[in-house]
Amino acid sequence: MKAVLEGSHAVSEAVRMARVEVVSAYPITPQTHIVEALSEYCADGSMDARFICVESEHSAMAAVIGAASGGVRTFTATSSHGLALMHELLHWASAARLPIVMAEVNRALGPGWNIWMDQTDSLAQRDTGWIQLYVEDGQEVLDTTLQAFRLAEAVNLPVMVVLDAFFLSHTYEPVDVPDQADVDRFLPSLEPRIKLDCDDPCAMSQMAPPGVYMEMRRDIQKGFERVPEAFAAVEGAFADIFNRRYGVMEAVACDDAETILVLTGTAAGTGRQVIDRLRSRGEKVGMVKLKMFRPFPVREIRSVLGAAGKVAVLDRNFSFGASGIFAQEIRAALYNGKAHPPVFGYIAGLGGRDVTVDTLETIYRMTCEQAVPEAESVWVGLNPPN
Amino acid sequence: MTVTPPIRQTGDLMYPGHVGCPGCGAVIAMKFALQALGEKTMLVIPACCWAIIAGPHPQTALKIPVLHTAFATAGAAASGLRAALDRRGDVETVVTAWAGDGGTFDIGFQSLSGAVERNEDFLYVCYDNEAYMNTGVQRSSATPFGTRTTTTPGKGWKATRKKNIVEVLAAHRIPYAATASIAYPDDMMRKFRTARNLKGGSRFIHVYATCPTGWRVPSDMTIAVARLAVQTNIFPLYEVADGVRYTLNESGDRPVTDYLEAQGRFKHLGEADCSAIQAMVDEDWHLLMRKIDG
Repeated sequence: MKAVLEGSHAVSEAVRMARVEVVSAYPITPQTHIVEALSEYCADGSMDARFICVESEHSAMAAVIGAASGGVRTFTATSSHGLALMHELLHWASAARLPIVMAEVNRALGPGWNIWMDQTDSLAQRDTGWIQLYVEDGQEVLDTTLQAFRLAEAVNLPVMVVLDAFFLSHTYEPVDVPDQADVDRFLPSLEPRIKLDCDDPCAMSQMAPPGVYMEMRRDIQKGFERVPEAFAAVEGAFADIFNRRYGVMEAVACDDAETILVLTGTAAGTGRQVIDRLRSRGEKVGMVKLKMFRPFPVREIRSVLGAAGKVAVLDRNFSFGASGIFAQEIRAALYNGKAHPPVFGYIAGLGGRDVTVDTLETIYRMTCEQAVPEAESVWVGLNPPN
Repeated sequence: MTVTPPIRQTGDLMYPGHVGCPGCGAVIAMKFALQALGEKTMLVIPACCWAIIAGPHPQTALKIPVLHTAFATAGAAASGLRAALDRRGDVETVVTAWAGDGGTFDIGFQSLSGAVERNEDFLYVCYDNEAYMNTGVQRSSATPFGTRTTTTPGKGWKATRKKNIVEVLAAHRIPYAATASIAYPDDMMRKFRTARNLKGGSRFIHVYATCPTGWRVPSDMTIAVARLAVQTNIFPLYEVADGVRYTLNESGDRPVTDYLEAQGRFKHLGEADCSAIQAMVDEDWHLLMRKIDG
């Protein structure tokens, strides 16, 4: 059934249809519409779940950790400062191998207070052991949220579905909302591999001395190494029922491209328009939409970007003292590969500033005009100094 | 006056081995608590001495399920676990958060307050050894006036009062809040059974747990010191139903110096300091009596 849904409500719909049993969240703009809708579903009985209204994001993640340890399907959502406050427990959730799913709405960190789009919040959590999936539009929000549960439960790792503040969270789009029966076929009820049980007592997440800690960490990485295959299987099963597939990344017009733009989230939607426009002028340009950030799709990056003459990465985030984070990761992925196209890093769109077709064309033009990058990052669209 | 029937031991839910210090009051507290709670109990343990005492992977000192969790999260993690058990239809198992004073009075206070404000259906136990003992005896807001710790050393001994956590919890109007002492096991186990049976809301038990290492007392004085705390009214034993109905269980009339002089952590205090502490204890006692009389 086609419905016009706000991006936030595409998340909520998916969570309802996933038959999540325990939700815990703390409100923060621009995540609020997700949890308000879930609260309504729990209150009106259309979702048979407990919503735990905690007093902080730290407690929200702790509550879903407790619930997931009890063996039920869990969900939370947050953004920006909320995610930063959760940081400690993001590590906890992944190392405890709990299949928690979280919607994270990309928002800038203060000061100054800024509620708008920025990716630094989620990318700053890159070492916490969460699978991270960046989505482009309302349909992908809904589909990826459903897939996230099956993926998380397949590898016993938590999954973060990351969507742009306002450009996606507060934008209404037509979305194909699947039938519950089809969702149930795709996503059976959770059969936890581990749970707390009085009939089979165990201690979870206890002290791990030097003699065992490293092996535990290695096991988490082994879980991550299984993700590409597990994700492909999840996408395959999803496509069998719903006929939609996204991939860990999507290459658009890359086959003969001399320059490839790397984009994420809603910027990829703008990028499609830019590629069409530039191609119509005979420019040999392509685009990679990067969906999966953890685990980082090194093989696909090398295969597609390695063939390009130049790579231009848009980062709507920044790591101070270094560069844009996607650009860093892409440079690192290419380094041990066979081909090393120059990687041009561009910073734009921080704190909700628009990234328009013109912005992306400017980035493309700047990339064409230089043989090699003059700096690790070029900031695009800055206001002139007073 | 009703006499508490003797406790029939249902078997220890602790294994003989654990990694607590000799004479650890927190270990004795766990032993008594689990005897009263029984095997249909799940523990949620944040960072605290018991995170260590329970033993390293792949061993455990406890015969019941344990969820170890981050320092500030006992109240929230226990809420989530309770919700999961409810979803599974398990209403018999009692979820019991088991936290030290740091995880209760300080870093875990917010999640505890949030959880009991929601009146979560769990038992929250604070075993109070009056400082951050696990990290080497640093002061907490449970550390009493006059104490030397490694962060209140020398002349910088703690010059502020201990936070009254039971009153704070009672102010949340939870169904049950109580103090308990390892020196009064019958009273303590009765309170744990009461808390276990009072399902449907938040129950809080504040257990006084001597720390010979941090308090600088011989390990064979654990129970004697705990008893002195009650007999001097430094730690009277009482219960609060619904935040308003107070019942006194145990108290005494001995001077606080009997208690203070038994411990190395108070050795530096002069006569005037001890008098000041006596005055504080007397004041607190009168406040408590007013509530019990009312």
